[in-house]
Amino acid sequence: MSAAAAQAVPSSLFNAQEFTLDNGLKLVVVEDRRAPIVTHMAWYKVGAIDEFAGKTGLAHFLEHLMFKGTEAIPAGEFSKTISRNGGRDNAFTSWDFTAYYQLVAADRLELVMTMEADRMGGLVIAEDEVAAERDVVIEERRTRVENSPAALFREQVRAAQYLAHPYRLPIIGWMHDIEGLTRDDALAFYRTYYAPNNAVVVVVGDVDAAQVLALAEQTYGQLEPKEIPERIIAAEPPQKAPRELVMHDPRVSQPNWSRSYLAPSYLWGASEHAMPLQVLNDILGGSTTSRLYQTLVVDLGIAVDLGSWYWPSGVGPGSLGVGITPAEGKIDALPEAVDAVLADIMANGITEEELNRSKRSLTAAAVYARDSGEGLANLFGRTLIVGRTIEDIESWPERVAAVTVEDVIAAARHVFHPEQSVTGILLPEPQAAEAAQGAAE
Amino acid sequence: MIRSMSLLLVFCLAAIAAPASAVDIKQVVSPGGVKAWLVEEPSIPLIALSYEFEAGAATDPDGKEGLAYLVSGLLNEGAGDLDSLAFQKRLEERAIHMGFDAGRDQFSGSLKTLSEERDEAFRLLGLALSQPRFDEDAIERVREQVLSIQRRESDRPRTVASRAWMAHAFEGHPYARNTKGTAESVAAITRDDLVAYAGTHLTRDRLIVGVVGDITPEELAPLLDVAFGSLPDTSPAVAIAETAISDVNPVEVIDRAVPQSVAIFGLPGIRRDDPDWFAALVMNQILGQGGFSSRLMEEVRRKRGLTYGVYTYLLPMQHAGIILGSVATVNARMGESKSVIEMVVNQMATEGVTEKELMDAKTYLTGSYALNFDSSDAIAGQLVGIQRYDLGIDYIDARNSLVEAITLDDVNRVAARLLSTDALFWVIVGQPEGLEETALDMTPEAVAP
Repeated sequence: MSAAAAQAVPSSLFNAQEFTLDNGLKLVVVEDRRAPIVTHMAWYKVGAIDEFAGKTGLAHFLEHLMFKGTEAIPAGEFSKTISRNGGRDNAFTSWDFTAYYQLVAADRLELVMTMEADRMGGLVIAEDEVAAERDVVIEERRTRVENSPAALFREQVRAAQYLAHPYRLPIIGWMHDIEGLTRDDALAFYRTYYAPNNAVVVVVGDVDAAQVLALAEQTYGQLEPKEIPERIIAAEPPQKAPRELVMHDPRVSQPNWSRSYLAPSYLWGASEHAMPLQVLNDILGGSTTSRLYQTLVVDLGIAVDLGSWYWPSGVGPGSLGVGITPAEGKIDALPEAVDAVLADIMANGITEEELNRSKRSLTAAAVYARDSGEGLANLFGRTLIVGRTIEDIESWPERVAAVTVEDVIAAARHVFHPEQSVTGILLPEPQAAEAAQGAAE
Repeated sequence: MIRSMSLLLVFCLAAIAAPASAVDIKQVVSPGGVKAWLVEEPSIPLIALSYEFEAGAATDPDGKEGLAYLVSGLLNEGAGDLDSLAFQKRLEERAIHMGFDAGRDQFSGSLKTLSEERDEAFRLLGLALSQPRFDEDAIERVREQVLSIQRRESDRPRTVASRAWMAHAFEGHPYARNTKGTAESVAAITRDDLVAYAGTHLTRDRLIVGVVGDITPEELAPLLDVAFGSLPDTSPAVAIAETAISDVNPVEVIDRAVPQSVAIFGLPGIRRDDPDWFAALVMNQILGQGGFSSRLMEEVRRKRGLTYGVYTYLLPMQHAGIILGSVATVNARMGESKSVIEMVVNQMATEGVTEKELMDAKTYLTGSYALNFDSSDAIAGQLVGIQRYDLGIDYIDARNSLVEAITLDDVNRVAARLLSTDALFWVIVGQPEGLEETALDMTPEAVAP
């Protein structure tokens, strides 16, 4: 073993072990002996934010073309080989990363590591595969976005939430950009970013860490590192004006109202607020006991249902928001009621009881996370590929425990500024809405 | 490196070790007579419980469609002396996850708890099942939520197509109805209906339970009584007729102004107790269930770029079996997708599959079986499924040999029996072009939502 394999100190929560190969590839192994299966994931630090003007969707298009073969594996044979060996495989692309994964019987790990390493270094894209695959991606965009007014509107809201940061762009790409993506675009992107020193491999399951390391040496370890260009990402300017977007679509029969705020993440902005914002998210709209649910749905009856979200895990700015199904004819009452709930938290804080309830569920989430190998592999990959550490994951219970009422209030005051918010209102066509109103009366 | 890999590929075609041999199922019977299957897993301090009652939306009275579903939305909205908010707070304070759902044939539930909270978790479940409050304010709140879910689903072409498919194929049978009901039927449900449903259908004679996690049989036994012991022993028989797909036009088009047509297609299939079940499973794996490996994905997606996804699956319901498929293609090329799918179906019916396809499908089905046991929830779900179809406590060990036993003749016989383009029934939502048949236009209002 030639690797300068520095082993992390195993901790009590997940007992994850981390190694770095000579060529810079990071390997994380979590042993879980409960079932004779293993999840193997290869994560690349390249995603939609690394695309350039006019080429949105390129990272995702390349993800599709990664199944189009190498010298050893002909086009279309990658997944068939996994399947013939009783495994399942797929891939996904995000703004910050692209990931490929296989679930297989534990004794098939060598095969999947060999195949994944093979396409990390030796992708071949036959020209005649490209046009049909671009059509597949165009159909994927129609399925996911064009056929759904709600998804189309989310795209518009996102583009308004981020003024400059590339999080404003859709991962799958704008339709006109996808139509222009070429084989050369994909190969250039691949050659630039797909390299062992730009990747994290995560293996969770019925394995021995030392053996996985040896397999990694034998497969990924044979690849040469590349010089990866530094990420140049447009920085988000100060946001000065609240935005409100209204979209009418004749296909909508259930209106929707949303409000989102630009927010710190663990890696962007005032990141000390990120952990308290997870708690705030629970208290705000995480369940039926939350402030917004109890006020808008139960007490005022102006909403039918709602849920909040906080996205803290990107390399760039996060967002925190709430999506609300308004009660019939009550959509206009929502802004004032939502603002009042937010103002109350900023002025009067939260109770110890609310804090403890959220902390309890956040702490338990770490125990529940141990139950799914696929979920764990996802968690470790997602965290490490953006430059955070195993310690960040392992210290979760301590970080949750440390959150105070004051921290949550400070986080709320930091985030809830109208000028960094977007309000999104999705409605039927005006005449259809009036007709529906008339019919109801 | 490349050379060593081709060696490895050959090596890997060897048989895969028996999968879930790690799963050791014990039958536990409580002092009160409640039966459960348990897989002990002490390595993580949690317990996952999955259970179902054999009584789903198919039992909803006419005009009250959506009753079982509404009950499933209300059981964790207050029970015993705890109103909705108090009940929900209690669950959150203990990080207990409790869920309910209603399908066509089953009313199901799940419970997940840290081991240290297990007594309270089982107690709260017992309260929810046997003493639901059905407070008027909670009923109205959840009723509105169901209505908004109906509206949202009516905006989704795929859901519209699936609903219309079932509505036409099973016209006159409970399977034709939306399990979530209609706006009118959900509005008509009263508190008495909810109380009657819970009291009548959630009974011990219809109960199946699977438990996985950090708990011994001795610890579980009394807790089964806490959760399920106060339920009525028996329920009156509900007669739901056996059924089959009725004669329908081969293609129904529902006009929607969407750029991509969404199609649901299907034909008569088989039930889980059919002797040809595993032959059909292998056949369908090759036809349309095998992810990127299926014939449909190869022809419709990879070769022609007509869709992002095309799938078929076996749906074995209690009183009918069907094979269902889906595809979505830009309107202008929908006819082409349909023709290709019909070609693939027809070819498999008439020419069968190859020895290599058979072998590949079998190695996938046997090798991937273990992947269904990757979390406590998933294992608990398997325990319930095995009991639902009465497959026996040793089924997990026996199952792969049942797949291995399938021959080329078996698959080809079942393909000839089940697959026929004449029997294919399509519902297409969108503005499809190039369909060979003259499509009968239907306005959305004419179709059950």
